[in-house]
Amino acid sequence: MTLLEGRGLALIRGGRLLFEGLDLSLHRGGALHLAGPNGCGKTSLIRLVAGLLKPAAGKLERSEAALADEGLALDLDLKLGKALAFWNGPKLADAMTAFGLDPLADVPVRLLSTGQAKRARLARVMASGSPLWLLDEPVNGLDGDGVRRLSAAIAAHQLAGGAVVAASHVALEGDWQRLELGR
Amino acid sequence: MIGRLIARDVRRSLSGGAWLPVAFFLLVATIVPFAVGPDARLLARIGGGALWIAALTAALLPIERLVEPDRADGTLDQLTIMGVSEEAVAAAKIIGHWLTFGPLLLIAAVPGSFLVGLDGPALTRCLIALAIGTPALAALAVGVAALTAGLARAGALAGLLLMPLAVPLVIFGAAATGDGESAALKLEAAVALLTVAGAPFVGGAAIRASRS
Repeated sequence: MTLLEGRGLALIRGGRLLFEGLDLSLHRGGALHLAGPNGCGKTSLIRLVAGLLKPAAGKLERSEAALADEGLALDLDLKLGKALAFWNGPKLADAMTAFGLDPLADVPVRLLSTGQAKRARLARVMASGSPLWLLDEPVNGLDGDGVRRLSAAIAAHQLAGGAVVAASHVALEGDWQRLELGR
Repeated sequence: MIGRLIARDVRRSLSGGAWLPVAFFLLVATIVPFAVGPDARLLARIGGGALWIAALTAALLPIERLVEPDRADGTLDQLTIMGVSEEAVAAAKIIGHWLTFGPLLLIAAVPGSFLVGLDGPALTRCLIALAIGTPALAALAVGVAALTAGLARAGALAGLLLMPLAVPLVIFGAAATGDGESAALKLEAAVALLTVAGAPFVGGAAIRASRS
């Protein structure tokens, strides 16, 4: 079953054509790595797939999705566990364990380090139970342990029939279908 | 999700600056007798209008924290991805904002009325007019906050946008405070209804527009 299907997508940002005639397709268990130099439109494509931007041309259909981007979207004054619980993810407990956040559950969000905040964003995606994960620069700020936990989470997600789209300028572990933008 | 959003906004506002607009409202009401002099008859005549000006300026204070923080940290994006429409988000924000603005302002209006010399029946009329008007002030504040979210000098711009939009409300609200016999209260209610009904759509469209 297809989780993401895009045909002839074009996107214009700030008067500049980022890409056109772009086809995307992702099935259950699939993983798509968006690569390319800075400014080539990786983040914009992720936001397009998420439905936050409208394509200038083309059609896009996707299943339910969850997004981890630069926005933290967590209440800074709340403890991490409560702040994540606001988003009502059905798999929150599993997700916090998977990303090693259990010891941080009682720490206020504003005290989290960059890497810990990154783990929290990824945990929210996993907790949502959505079949399609959209990750913007998922390994930025993560330490070795965090990268391993992310790879394990993605592999488990694929095994369970989910799919992942990740925008990253660095190589990602595992078996990814690669899409070069800006060529 | 809407209920959770309202509860979250109320909690954040109560732990933040919910008392600020109310303190500001009372301060403006205190300034009025100093500015126009202690003549009780004059004060009683202009008191209702003065309280409305105080309420309007108090409504301006929280605008910058209504929408912009949630836009900047991606909360609005996450809600959209979860399938919550921008209009529903704006409606939830209006309800959440009114809950921490309207009742507090109504309580403050009691001492405020004494400060500008409104007594007995005038005080009742003032409270009724404010009870009808504060939801519209909250709706205007959220709508304007969404329109100016992410802009430089959003606070000053929001004031320039909100004041003219609030003119019909202030006209009928102040008139209803001053004269119980006229139809001003019904007209105020009509203006308030229109504002409250339209603001979620303005806010929703503004949130969407702020992304591109």
